[in-house]
Amino acid sequence: MLESSFEDSRMQSPVGQSAGDESSLTVEQAIANLRGSDPGLRYYAAWWLGRFRVSTPEAVDALIDSLSDESDRTAEGGYPLRRNAARALGKLGDRRSVPGLIQCLACDDFYVREAAIQSLAMLGDRSCVPALMSFLEDGLAATQPEAGTVQLQQPYGAILEALGVLGATEALPLIEPFLNHPFEILQYAAARAMYELTQDSSYAERLVQALSGDKLPLRRAAMADLGAIGYVPAARAIASTLAENSLKLIALKDILERQIQRDSFPSLSADAIQVMTLMDGLL
Amino acid sequence: MADSRLSLIQAVERADSSPRLIKAVRELAAARWQEAIPTLIAVLSYNNPGAAVAAVDGLVDLGEAAVPALLEQLDQHNYTARSWAIRALAGIGDPRGLVTLLGAATADFSPSVRRAAARGLGMMKWHWFPENLLEIAQEEALEALLFVAEHDEEWVVRYSAVVGLQSLADAIAASHPDWRSQILTYLERAMAHDQSWAVRARSCMAKQYLQEQTVAAASRPEEQASPLSATDWQHILTGLYDRKARERSVLAEGDPRRYQELALSLTSNL
Repeated sequence: MLESSFEDSRMQSPVGQSAGDESSLTVEQAIANLRGSDPGLRYYAAWWLGRFRVSTPEAVDALIDSLSDESDRTAEGGYPLRRNAARALGKLGDRRSVPGLIQCLACDDFYVREAAIQSLAMLGDRSCVPALMSFLEDGLAATQPEAGTVQLQQPYGAILEALGVLGATEALPLIEPFLNHPFEILQYAAARAMYELTQDSSYAERLVQALSGDKLPLRRAAMADLGAIGYVPAARAIASTLAENSLKLIALKDILERQIQRDSFPSLSADAIQVMTLMDGLL
Repeated sequence: MADSRLSLIQAVERADSSPRLIKAVRELAAARWQEAIPTLIAVLSYNNPGAAVAAVDGLVDLGEAAVPALLEQLDQHNYTARSWAIRALAGIGDPRGLVTLLGAATADFSPSVRRAAARGLGMMKWHWFPENLLEIAQEEALEALLFVAEHDEEWVVRYSAVVGLQSLADAIAASHPDWRSQILTYLERAMAHDQSWAVRARSCMAKQYLQEQTVAAASRPEEQASPLSATDWQHILTGLYDRKARERSVLAEGDPRRYQELALSLTSNL
């Protein structure tokens, strides 16, 4: 069932571990596994520490050390353990991991760079902004995929998203050209960042427009972006776009939660009540 | 007329692409035609979420006419079709779906099914129930919803249980003010302690709604008489009985013998 594959995220543990085993590790065991030599156990331990938000200094140290691991390599030269460690560190909120994550931006593995960028955005540390901007400095032409492929050279979506989240207004001139990128998904990422940096609703309205596009994956992406920026005027359009209810509910939840912060809970604004009424209709 | 309806069914059967199938199912659903039920049910097992959503909408619109076929679908071993059928039953609120929804809300594997079932428990057509069965059914729904609201690990399922509790509190306001207070107490706790801010906000909204309603002012929808037969109620009761017997055969309050006595009185009353 397509829909449940999106919402049963708790079932998605790596390396085929069943969901029931998730919490059976102990913190000590996970750290020992991460520092051990079995690649499968190390990979799983890195994911596990992030999943269960184990932010003890020992866990963070072990994950930071894993960012420079050389032993776990894929046939294509990727670094699976580094990817998982970078993802986990974003969830643990310890700024000691920033320098290691910034070093990951120079890693050969696209997915390590992407994970590191996402985690730096989650940590809210602006010191990575110059490095992120350097990825965009060659202009739009340099961002096209190589002829005959769709693989981009850099994780531009994550870069644009991070610059928006980090409030990097100095990057506006570098972000704006992406509004015309041939990949719609990057146009959306740019619109999202532009809105976050300027609060100009015309950028958010571009995402609302995208909800009536004819490709489901793009409608899903626009919905997630609107949720991430908490754009209340999009709520009705999200509720009626053609996509899975479970994903609409997640986007509306994100909008609701932003609105509640503005309302100073437990008072509820008419906007918050409207969003919840729309959510009720999707259950 | 009959020809154009037949062609709507054929359009579903002959659709050779996902967009065509979805369009055909939507058109068939919009016709609100009881003879379309088997086709709409067949769509539930096509493994096409867009078409399944349209079919569920159509079945919910058709209401109780679709219930026997949906219950039959639940006996099949196609998990996906089963989960869509539960969602349709939740939307219809027919008492014949009650036992299925109780089980689905508390134990189904998929959050989207638990979510739909929890909402469905709140939207049950309580006014159809014979008086002596109503209390037991509502008590089961209350217990299941409180359990789900408190323990489900997915925010969206807890959110849905809060929506269900709000409707249930409305339905039992006059007959069981004590249960209504129990629901309000739960909502206050969830407002302060649920892990998810969305669930906290929905609990707050439910509490405000219930506090604004006075028992006397609670408006009743146009009450349509129950179309269910004595055999249907007997089935529902047997289902509740089995559920109770499995869960806690030793608790005095849930003693299944209470149900057996009721079963006897029910058949003689109807």
